[in-house]
Amino acid sequence: MLMAMAAAILLTVLLGLWRVWRGPDLVNRLLAIQLLGSGGVAILLLLSQALAQPALLEVALIIALLAAVVPAAFVQRLKQEQRK
Amino acid sequence: MSGDFWFDALLGVLLLVLALATIQARQLAAAVMLYVVFGLMLALAWARLGAADLALAEAAIGAGLTGALLFSALARQPKSITPPVRAGKMAPLAALMLCISMGTVLGWTLWQLPLQPAHSQLPAALEQLGSSGTEHLVTAVLLNFRAWDTLLELLVLLLALLGTRLVAAPEPAALQHWPLARQWSIRLLPLLVLVAFFVLWRGATAPGGAFQAGALLAAALVVLRLNGQLPMLSFGAWWVRALILAGVLAFLLAGLLSLWLNWQPEQAVQWLSWPLPLAKGLILLIELCATLAIGLTLTLLVVGERKELTA
Amino acid sequence: MMAWLGGVLLMLGLLFFLAGSFGVLRFPDVFSRLHAVTKADTLGLGFIVLGLGVLQQDWQRFLLMLLIWGLVMLSGTISCQLLGQYGRDQTRDHEESAE
Repeated sequence: MLMAMAAAILLTVLLGLWRVWRGPDLVNRLLAIQLLGSGGVAILLLLSQALAQPALLEVALIIALLAAVVPAAFVQRLKQEQRK
Repeated sequence: MSGDFWFDALLGVLLLVLALATIQARQLAAAVMLYVVFGLMLALAWARLGAADLALAEAAIGAGLTGALLFSALARQPKSITPPVRAGKMAPLAALMLCISMGTVLGWTLWQLPLQPAHSQLPAALEQLGSSGTEHLVTAVLLNFRAWDTLLELLVLLLALLGTRLVAAPEPAALQHWPLARQWSIRLLPLLVLVAFFVLWRGATAPGGAFQAGALLAAALVVLRLNGQLPMLSFGAWWVRALILAGVLAFLLAGLLSLWLNWQPEQAVQWLSWPLPLAKGLILLIELCATLAIGLTLTLLVVGERKELTA
Repeated sequence: MMAWLGGVLLMLGLLFFLAGSFGVLRFPDVFSRLHAVTKADTLGLGFIVLGLGVLQQDWQRFLLMLLIWGLVMLSGTISCQLLGQYGRDQTRDHEESAE
């Protein structure tokens, strides 16, 4: 049941991907990445329970941390570009 | 059709679709972001297969840091985000032929591999786990049984950094002051450092290790640098050079030490095999130095600047 | 009983995730899409954390999952704010250059 739930969330991630592909500009793509970050964390939580691997919770922690850091780095570079 | 099947099928299809979309994206920035997503899905694939160490490394380095690296490279282009240049008319045909031939060779090679290896070294390695210095099999393999590979990986990382220093890339524009981003990075810094060293420490008994911890440290430093909260890391500073070399040096020194301690006149020389009482301490020391080296190297790969050479 | 409650909570989480994805796809504007991403997804994740906590009853792992959820919430908030500011500056620049 947990795996079916994970598969369903993977499906929502797939839907969000369309926005990464299509989003007319970078901001749209970046927010779709935020969606994928939360979706990925949710899938990892479910997998950790389904596969009985507590280490996967740490993977989820790392993804949550990097989801905090990477968009900030991207947007900072974008602002640098604006300056040019 | 159980949930397992649906998850695996969906993940497989998603990975293929993402790979194709990354190559086909019309803008380089879109391609970079699709690549980051691809890295994330790959981390999920490793997690699904139960390989938590690989999932950690893929999430930290493949998705997070490589994304920042590629985007940094993009930002340094003279004309920022331009569509890729289309080559001549014969190029797609040649590329197709190359793909078909390589695909055939790879497929044939994969077909030859037996699904169950005839003699796996894993059971013997499991028995030696007690004498390896750690309780976690992956760390034991990386830093004891196959330590040579890890040493060479650290060397490759060092060479990559030296290689990027030789490339004349234009400088990114001046950094901006963004109060919200600055406050956030200051708050994040202790958490990132804490989790990094936690992951490093856990590598002895559970999934974790030097590469993942180093990537987290690099993420913290990159964000601080991009927000202008960290002074430029000058390559001329002695401590920068010392830290970058620390990983390889620690490995080499430990190898020489164990060579000297294990020296017996009539026996074959064993490189990088730790003496039993020192194994745990040596592994921890090497991992610590490697973490700092990897963290600083990855940071310099993302935000390194050439200005200091002219100073 | 607990399994049933856990299942319901997980389903609610899935529902909010679907809502978030549809919002990202169908909302007309970058700012409304930012709302969909950060609010709906974080709520969905919260329900999933609750559902898993009910199903497994190990309070240490539950605390770790709550920490992860808090981190995702914080990072979503800050990222949304940063992206929103950047989007606002961009639209302002476009309007100025169009005049």
